[in-house]
Amino acid sequence: MSQPNRLATGGRIDRGRPLAFRFDGRTLHGYAGDTLASALLANGVHLVGRSFKYHRPRGILGLGAEEPNALIQLGRGNRTEPNLRATQIELFDGLDAQSQNRWPCLRFDVGAVNSAFHRLFPAGFYYKTFMWPPALWKTYEEVIRNAAGLGKAPEGPDPDRYERMHAHCDVLVCGGGPAGLAAALAAGRSGARVILADEQSEFGGSLLGEADVAIGGSPATDWVAEVVAELESMPDVTLLRRATVNGYYDHNYLTVAERVTDHLGVGLPTVPRQRLWKIRAKRVILATGAIERPLVFRDNDRPGVMLSSAMRGYAVRYGVLAGDRPLIVTGNDDGYRTALALADRHARVAGIVDLRAEPEGPLVEAARDRGIEVFAGHSVAGAHGGRRVEAAEIAFMTRDGSGITGGTRTIECDAIAMAGGFNPTVHLFSQSRGKLRWDEERAIFLPGTSHEAEVSVGGCAGTESVAQAIKDGIRAAVEQVRDLGHTVRQPAAPAVEEPGQGAGNRVIWMLPSTAPVGRKGKHFVDFQNDVTAADVMLATREGYRSIEHVKRYTTTGMGTDQGKTSNVNALAIVGQTLGVDVPAVGTTTFRPPYTPTTIGAYGGRDVGRLFAPVRTTAMDSWHRANGARFEHVADWMRAYYYPKDGESFRQAVDREVTAARQGVGVLDASTLGKIDVRGKDSAEFLNRVYTNAWAKLGVGRCRYGLMLKEDGMVMDDGVTTRLADDHFHMTTTTGGAARVLNWLEEYLQTEWPEMDVRLTSVTEQWAVASICGPKSRELLGRICTDIDLSNDAFPFMAMQEGTVAGIPARVFRISFTGELSYEINVPTRYGLALWEAVMAAGADLGITPYGTEAMHVLRAEKGFIIVGQDTDGSVTPLDLGMDWIVSKQKPDFIGKRGMARPDLSKPDRKQLVGLYTKDPNEVLPEGAQVVETLKPKPPMAMLGHVTSSYYSPSVGRSIAMALIKGGHARKGQTLHVPLEGRTVEVTVTDGTVFFDPEGSRRDG
Amino acid sequence: MLLITCPYCGPRDDAEFSYGNQAHIARPVDPSVCSDQEWAEYLYYRDNPKGPFAERWMHAAGCRRWFHVVRDTNTHAILQTYKVGEWPDPAIDPREGTS
Repeated sequence: MSQPNRLATGGRIDRGRPLAFRFDGRTLHGYAGDTLASALLANGVHLVGRSFKYHRPRGILGLGAEEPNALIQLGRGNRTEPNLRATQIELFDGLDAQSQNRWPCLRFDVGAVNSAFHRLFPAGFYYKTFMWPPALWKTYEEVIRNAAGLGKAPEGPDPDRYERMHAHCDVLVCGGGPAGLAAALAAGRSGARVILADEQSEFGGSLLGEADVAIGGSPATDWVAEVVAELESMPDVTLLRRATVNGYYDHNYLTVAERVTDHLGVGLPTVPRQRLWKIRAKRVILATGAIERPLVFRDNDRPGVMLSSAMRGYAVRYGVLAGDRPLIVTGNDDGYRTALALADRHARVAGIVDLRAEPEGPLVEAARDRGIEVFAGHSVAGAHGGRRVEAAEIAFMTRDGSGITGGTRTIECDAIAMAGGFNPTVHLFSQSRGKLRWDEERAIFLPGTSHEAEVSVGGCAGTESVAQAIKDGIRAAVEQVRDLGHTVRQPAAPAVEEPGQGAGNRVIWMLPSTAPVGRKGKHFVDFQNDVTAADVMLATREGYRSIEHVKRYTTTGMGTDQGKTSNVNALAIVGQTLGVDVPAVGTTTFRPPYTPTTIGAYGGRDVGRLFAPVRTTAMDSWHRANGARFEHVADWMRAYYYPKDGESFRQAVDREVTAARQGVGVLDASTLGKIDVRGKDSAEFLNRVYTNAWAKLGVGRCRYGLMLKEDGMVMDDGVTTRLADDHFHMTTTTGGAARVLNWLEEYLQTEWPEMDVRLTSVTEQWAVASICGPKSRELLGRICTDIDLSNDAFPFMAMQEGTVAGIPARVFRISFTGELSYEINVPTRYGLALWEAVMAAGADLGITPYGTEAMHVLRAEKGFIIVGQDTDGSVTPLDLGMDWIVSKQKPDFIGKRGMARPDLSKPDRKQLVGLYTKDPNEVLPEGAQVVETLKPKPPMAMLGHVTSSYYSPSVGRSIAMALIKGGHARKGQTLHVPLEGRTVEVTVTDGTVFFDPEGSRRDG
Repeated sequence: MLLITCPYCGPRDDAEFSYGNQAHIARPVDPSVCSDQEWAEYLYYRDNPKGPFAERWMHAAGCRRWFHVVRDTNTHAILQTYKVGEWPDPAIDPREGTS
């Protein structure tokens, strides 16, 4: 249980609740309240990973979201998650973590040899090495992917549950540090609906890691607790902990990733693992704080080199000393706070290297008074050590900081704290399309011009004092809620005691050393992607000017941390090398998500059975009980075929087709799109949307129609029936139902609002059993006695209303098979009863249910097209050989003018033809390409492709349809279909009707 | 994620709407007299301005009515929404020759 670097007292951890966890198989201990990072440091574990490219040993750099090095694979099996930042993983009992990107193990890593050959891995390494020859890329890629990788994806489906939440609020406060808490309190007291979200397990932000701040005379965390308690008592305030505002989109729409149970290590049955909040906020207050900037010096990546604020945070918040003998390197007073906080906690501070020549002020005095040696005007010329920093080489700098003078001096230390100043966390502001402003004096980007209704306060607005952050938070919230019309009740800003900051930050982008950058050691800019200052400078020498190009060429800022610690350093080094200002180099674009978010959170409940709605017909239970196999058609589950014992797919389909041709078959046709068209202009409306004429269609008569788009291409087809002068029943394809309804509505609302036509989708109101075959009249006669079924009384393409099996029905004598056929429509709630009645009445006639495959064969035998299968949006009625359905008399209909374009009458357009294979048993694959002249290998000039292909039991051979260039003029021609490893010879048939070309069967 | 004010239902997320491209392009009364060029312009040619753009939207998951929106394609600001048959405010009317 020994935690050698844990202090005896202090911190926000619960020493009464020890927790055991595993890191790379080793069992270690920490306390409730720890993060994995603080627990590892407490155990003296600094080496936590190998770097991306050079496999250099790496330690923990930061305290939170900014961490570039300590990326961890958490958990096992289906629940494993890669690339998590150890600094943000809350410790739980049994936590199982593994380091990444090392082989065979962390302490001895074969890939580290890359480091010795670093000259082989310059900026643009991938571009330069692997662009040529292209064929070798696949070989290289495999090696590289193994050598340079991050964590591993889980191998099975995610067993956890995720949810999405939608919320609206007056004010969304992003970040629960001093500024955010103050803003939420002011807005909440004024009665606004407030959501406060913070990524940490508890509110307080930076205050959780400071020992030298008091608010209202008490420790700052007492003030935090009071404010949180008051916010929790307000009914209109929602507090979200462990909730990262990760995306800021148009019109104040933000997403928040809430980790509900991750910190427990186990899921709970009542809540999801994570929630993705989608919040529309009237106003947004950004209080996202600031991230400290690392210093760029030689070998600044040795484990033990950390951000100063992180080292202080580990000591104050977690009671962990990252080093027994830390050296502080700083350009500002904040580094002195770290030195003092560590010294107060029994660290033997090795000294403070201050980049400023003459530091002064209370913090400097306090450090000197404590006996801490201050090396003013010094540079860190390099860090020494392997798996842990052992010493620093320091040297006095020239006045301008560009070089060193005199010799170097070695200072032993086991940790180095880097205080390079704070970069405001402007990520969300930038995502919202706000324009950043470069503050030259402070060398930071600040929020400039807003794009959305938001305001930045506190650290992300460049404020360094807690007192000011609280005041700004209150003021911003008051302005926002007043603007929204609330009565303002403003909290008084509390008195804050905090160390005064003296002279500003001295910025030196690359600390000078004994040799120029790039000559000796490595000066890391981007720790995660292993990009050095030398790489960035090389990119500029090779002609890159824009930061967007430098980024892509060097990969700086392109890691999963999006360059939270590296972007500004990279920009500044480019600017310095080119001799231009930072704004001239550009700013990087911040994109959502702020920190990586699981795909599960985005998917929410839309997985598995809930991924897409499934529509079933009224007869679905019968199909299932009778062994049907199903296929998806649009959102519908349709019976595909009904195999009997031992039957193959082909055998079942052949049997079903034969029954429908020779006896009687029945198809569940309920899924066909149905639109009720009503109003006195209905016939004229149909005239405009179909290619043929509708005005004279008699009541009770049906007509087939083809719909085109304005460009003349076939869009949908179906049979429409006149129920009354002003009332039609339109059918569409199953997949096109919604599209057609939308399309018709659009014309009615936008082009022809004067027409009296109303459309209603009735697809789900009618269940349809379509009976087909020579015995269908006999069958229907047994269960329908109030309709005269004779050919004269009930001819083809007519509709009769009556009663079938005691159910009120509309019976349509239409046929998609060429056989005598009746489509019996009944209200959906009677669909199953109708189906069962049909099956019972037809039992002795050998009634055979048939599925969609048999339906496809039956229609193809007759050459009936399926829109979307035999057409693809670039096919006209003429291409299909269907000019018989295109009215020459009507002055206009949708698609008429489009069809008249000269290109659409070219003879070499792709046209629908029938194909016979030379071998009658060969069934071509649909989609196969057709060529005129065979060549030994591709490329060959392609004529078109096979659209429909089946074995036809009625014809006794295979049949196919294809769209072929100039196909109508190719009757009798022999063409070729190259398949994998062989070629099939085909002949173009005379027309596409393969069976009963005289149409002698449709009347029974 | 835009916030669009349906003239019939009020402000709603853009997920409830479907997009219908440029507004105020009337279908020719007699397409048969259009030249190929005129027909191609009606069918295919659309403006692509940086700035205010009048476009059609349909409240697909709501009232299912088509209406018009003037949207700034650069800032994504919704400048005006109005019903079919109505016209944009002259001050922001993006149509050629109207401002």
